[in-house]
Amino acid sequence: MSAATSPLVASGTSRGLRGKSVRSRIGDIAGNYWVGRIVKAILTIYLVVTLTFFLVRLMPGNPVESFILNLVQTQGLTYPQAQAQAASLFSFDVNAPLWQQYVDYLGNLIHGNLGVSIVSTGTPVSVMILQYLPWTLFSVGLALLISFVLGITLGILMAYRRDTLPDHVLSTIAAFISGVPNYLLAILIVVFLGIRLHLVPFTAMRGSLSPGVSPNLSLQFIGDALFHASLPITVYVLTTVGGWMLLMKSNTTSTLGEDYVLVARARGLRDGRITAAYVGRNAMLPLISALAISVGFIVGGSTVIEQIFVYQGIGWILGSAIVSLDYTVMQGIFLILTISVVVSNLLADLLYGKLDPRVRIAGSQ
Amino acid sequence: MAIGTTAPDAVLTTDSNVLVRSAQSVGGLLRSLARRPSGLAGLILVTFFVLLSAVGPLFVPGNLQPDVTAIYAAPSAAHPLGTDSQGRDVLDQVLLGGRTLLIIAVIAAGMSTLIAVTLGASAAFLGGVVDAIIVAVTDMWLTIPQFPLLAVLAGFIHFTNPSFMAVIIGVLTWPSLTRAVRAQVLSLRQRDYVEAARALDLGTRRIIFSEILPNMMAYIAINFSLGMVAAIYFQTALYFLGFAPLAGNNWGIMINLAWVQGAIFFQQSIWYILAPVTAIALFSIGLVTLTRALEEIFNPRLRGNLS
Repeated sequence: MSAATSPLVASGTSRGLRGKSVRSRIGDIAGNYWVGRIVKAILTIYLVVTLTFFLVRLMPGNPVESFILNLVQTQGLTYPQAQAQAASLFSFDVNAPLWQQYVDYLGNLIHGNLGVSIVSTGTPVSVMILQYLPWTLFSVGLALLISFVLGITLGILMAYRRDTLPDHVLSTIAAFISGVPNYLLAILIVVFLGIRLHLVPFTAMRGSLSPGVSPNLSLQFIGDALFHASLPITVYVLTTVGGWMLLMKSNTTSTLGEDYVLVARARGLRDGRITAAYVGRNAMLPLISALAISVGFIVGGSTVIEQIFVYQGIGWILGSAIVSLDYTVMQGIFLILTISVVVSNLLADLLYGKLDPRVRIAGSQ
Repeated sequence: MAIGTTAPDAVLTTDSNVLVRSAQSVGGLLRSLARRPSGLAGLILVTFFVLLSAVGPLFVPGNLQPDVTAIYAAPSAAHPLGTDSQGRDVLDQVLLGGRTLLIIAVIAAGMSTLIAVTLGASAAFLGGVVDAIIVAVTDMWLTIPQFPLLAVLAGFIHFTNPSFMAVIIGVLTWPSLTRAVRAQVLSLRQRDYVEAARALDLGTRRIIFSEILPNMMAYIAINFSLGMVAAIYFQTALYFLGFAPLAGNNWGIMINLAWVQGAIFFQQSIWYILAPVTAIALFSIGLVTLTRALEEIFNPRLRGNLS
């Protein structure tokens, strides 16, 4: 972009130079790969914030209104009293005009105020999120890492040994298992390994930690955290690893046919170096952007998986909030889930841009 | 491969030729599916479950009668898959429960395919600002975790009407399909026969409906199938977690009842929970493997024997 205007700069006067630099700097910033990604992430979060606000306020039989009426009927409060209580729970003034409420809501969010739970009265939603979110981030993050590394390794092996028996067996297993909905696998683990065969002490594995264990940097704590997270992690890994394997296999196979691999061979480079630096690296690139989609998928699945294993993460508390119609908690958790996914998408994008300069350059044109 | 998907002489075909050609390509498609084991297995599973959902309810006599003398009965001649917590026959419930599941999946997938084709094709054809906006909105929508959004929505609106639930699922699941359609239309636009149609000034509508859409049917079918997989997951998970009203017959509702009323307490109830779990899992596996086989057939780069 700046290359197109450079002749003007070279021949231009000092005035032309200054005029160019301001305009092209704005252009450079707006067209910059990194800036573009960050702006998009912020816009997405803003979109979801707005969506959840209007969901709560404008839905037929909206929760604020029904909550007020419920208070009037069950607790014998007057309408204004009930309204005042609702205002403190939902952290906006119910009487103010809608746009005012919206602005207040945004202001509260910026200060981290997500309102107060309706069901467990008095508990701020932000406190609940801080309590439950780390467990979901831990289990989902670890599962993603294991599944990605395992899938890539197996995928490369399958591509190098394609059309052999191990390849056929692994391909079939991968295709089969990636078709099973993850929560059904979780149910099968509980029913078969837990109840029928007594192989997995699934009742002792409930919760995010055993009673008496507190978060600190001891081996006992780490071991216990892994013990409780192991079932959800197993399910996430088993249901996603097949997709990585098949994707990596097909990418590696097509990369193996590229001219630069042939040239590398002709240059007499060692096989290990060709696999790592030429084939593996290029075949892996498209998977980085798939990583972003996978994060959203696993986070979404955690809502179901954590219910089955009673793993007390954010998905588990979201489920309880939906069943008990705790609207402020639902709203806050959905927001934080979206923000987590948007941020991990952003990280995947930035990583992709770092690894593949072509994306950065194409993005700024 | 004996499949006539992208005939270079498409410009010269008349409407009747299109019919003949598509009939031939359906035959060729079935033949190349049958040649790969996973594709054949997927095709058989999907056909089986579609037939089961269509004719299954005909074999079930009216209302399911509770029978207190046969609670959690093991499989027998009278109850091939055993009975549930009220002594009702599990096989009957499996026969009944596929139809609404399939209908919801088809409506949802149809909805999301419709949105995806419309948006994806408009983005690719109109380009410029429209393209930029559609791409940006699609990317943003894609990052919103869909199942939590659906679950939260279920808390606000009660999905008493299954077709309404289907439409909502369809409205949630279009973004990844939109990307695929846009990319596909962009690449088809560059093909010689589309260029030729343009040079002949055949008009945008003619080009879209006669030249581009027929060549995209495979992609649309693949996306439709993926949309069904997502819709099956979403609706059964909603029912399983009890986020949607448990009325009517649906395998998801069966899993919910089996889980809540006994699976984790009674060893005998294993048949009850296993039946719907197996049905949903096999249907999903069938759709996924069929889709994957179709992708391999239509996208030879994935076939893995070119090096």
